[in-house]
Amino acid sequence: MASLRYESQVRPALVEGQKGYHEVTEDIVRPIEATPSRAWWIGFLISVGLLIFGIISVTHEVIFGVGQWNLNRTIGWGWDITNFVWWVGIGHAGTLISAILLLFRQGWRTGVNRAAEAMTIFAVMCAGQFPIWHMGRVWMAFFVMPYPNTRGPLWVNFNSPLLWDVFAISTYFTVSLLFWYSGLLPDLATVRDRAKLKWRKMFYGLTSFGWTGSAKHWQRHEALSLVLAGLSTPLVLSVHTIVSFDFATSVIPGWHTTIFPPYFVAGAIFSGFAMVQTLLLVTRKVLSLEEYITLEHIEVMNKVIVLTGSIVGVAYLTELFIAWYGQNPFENWAFMQNRVNIFSPYGWSYYLMMGCNVLSPQIFWFKKMRRNLTVTFFMSVIVNIGMWFERFVIIVTSIYRDYLPSSWSTYYRPTIWEIGFYMGTFGLFFTCYFLFSKFFPVIAIAEIKHILKKSGAIYKEKMDGIEKVSVEEFASEHAHVHEHAPHAAH
Amino acid sequence: MAVKKFVVGYFEDEPELFAGVKKIRSAGYKIHDVYTPMPIHGLDKAMGLRDTSLHTAGFIYGITGTTTALSGIGWIFNSDWPINFGGKSHFDLPAWIPITFELTVLFSAVGMVMTFCYLCNLAPFVRKHHFNLRSTDDQFTVVLELTAKSNEGEIQAFLASIGAKGINTQVAESGWWLGRYDKDKTPIGTSLA
Repeated sequence: MASLRYESQVRPALVEGQKGYHEVTEDIVRPIEATPSRAWWIGFLISVGLLIFGIISVTHEVIFGVGQWNLNRTIGWGWDITNFVWWVGIGHAGTLISAILLLFRQGWRTGVNRAAEAMTIFAVMCAGQFPIWHMGRVWMAFFVMPYPNTRGPLWVNFNSPLLWDVFAISTYFTVSLLFWYSGLLPDLATVRDRAKLKWRKMFYGLTSFGWTGSAKHWQRHEALSLVLAGLSTPLVLSVHTIVSFDFATSVIPGWHTTIFPPYFVAGAIFSGFAMVQTLLLVTRKVLSLEEYITLEHIEVMNKVIVLTGSIVGVAYLTELFIAWYGQNPFENWAFMQNRVNIFSPYGWSYYLMMGCNVLSPQIFWFKKMRRNLTVTFFMSVIVNIGMWFERFVIIVTSIYRDYLPSSWSTYYRPTIWEIGFYMGTFGLFFTCYFLFSKFFPVIAIAEIKHILKKSGAIYKEKMDGIEKVSVEEFASEHAHVHEHAPHAAH
Repeated sequence: MAVKKFVVGYFEDEPELFAGVKKIRSAGYKIHDVYTPMPIHGLDKAMGLRDTSLHTAGFIYGITGTTTALSGIGWIFNSDWPINFGGKSHFDLPAWIPITFELTVLFSAVGMVMTFCYLCNLAPFVRKHHFNLRSTDDQFTVVLELTAKSNEGEIQAFLASIGAKGINTQVAESGWWLGRYDKDKTPIGTSLA
């Protein structure tokens, strides 16, 4: 396979500092071999605390039933499905970075793809909790799997978007996990081959599956990564499309809009990139990986955030316009009264969503802002708050007032158990991320070495001389070589 | 698997490795394997390895998933237990597209990864001989097998002449065996030189 990637010499280096292959290994493996810092322990213990809170909340809900949540007659979906869609959305950035950017040959992805993929897997794990525990009788959860049974046989409904969701999310989780882990194998082997301690030899020996770095294995590995990327690209788009079908195929005013699939996918990439920013800004600082996750990476991701945020903004305005232009009184009511009217019970959440998702990311049109770490971190949190409210607006404002005013619900507030469950998924997410950052290389070592040739600072500096020579001089120098070339003499 | 004798040397970077591999092949020596810390595009061609057929396997797994989904849902909704969903068609193909697509991707991905692990002998508890521990770090290791006909000293001298470093001879199991990296008696990367 000839190299398809060309890295312009004009672009700034993707790996800063004078790095050779060995320095790359040293830098990335250092956090794994060092004892965890105090900051790591504090963060880890807080995460475990949240996880325990979540486990208690879920246990309470299982024992006493879904009635422990404040769901009511019209608000059958509240925080739980909001959180589900929010986490699934966050879980889209990793595969986007690793698959779509691989197909587009974006060299910068190598610095951030490993951590983003891990984040994807943890986010999907968190997302999956909500529909599962919302079932109430969770011990019946296996009923969603189609298998010949003695109840008829009673099959699942393959025409239902909720079942599509089961297939989409479980496929997405499996494929992301395989993609992530097959990429990890060579790096785990690197850690194994450096290991001095007995437990490390055992642990990384088991997890690296006996990887040797043989040429034939690399050839197959490359083929595997490319095909998995090709498969994941439509997959990642299909997953949030199918999640949006949960709403779009229904006939609830505010939900049955054909714009939902592209709008959900753009929103997922938007919130996913924001979460990647939040995590990587902390990770690069704590693990001193600033030379690998550079300002360039942060800036590029901020560009993606402003682009997808604006797409989301266009989608919001389009659905608002269609609600008015379509002249369907129910649709119109759902938008104009339940959302746009700031004095309606949930009007505030609509404006919070608009402010966080559409207006605030616009500051990233300015290069200074895109390259400012504090602004980026602050914005990444704001975007995820905004995207949580987007799902809240879609779900709650569409169903809290239905066709019959007598069944309009009272103001919906989550109970402590709903909040605890949500906090618990944060605990699960960050516990997994802390363990990942301690025991696994957070940057794809082999892939960084692969781009080092053309994107490393050493190479760029060497090339700098060429860039400074005027084009005429450069051309004449090289034309000189051609005079002696055999084909010129005929 | 057989225990064999190998001559091992390493290069420090890609261009030297490519030049070295070319020279080894034109001198008529057979390369047992090359171990590198990262994928090197074009190395397979330089070594004369044939292209992998993993893509084809992935395609076959994919269409298996497609047919599994379509025939499974079709059989369930038309023959095993036909349910009337609001008078809609029992053969409701558009509504099956999402699940058919997901199963295509799932079968293809799982099948390919399993085939990849099978072909490359990758699994927990699989042990292999590692000729050079730094070939997963920064060294590009070339391994030539010694046969009854070949001359160890000659090959070592040849490797040195083309710029290889750390040349040594190792006696090793050429395949894989079950074991653990911390438990195994066989020292990793034994050097007899």
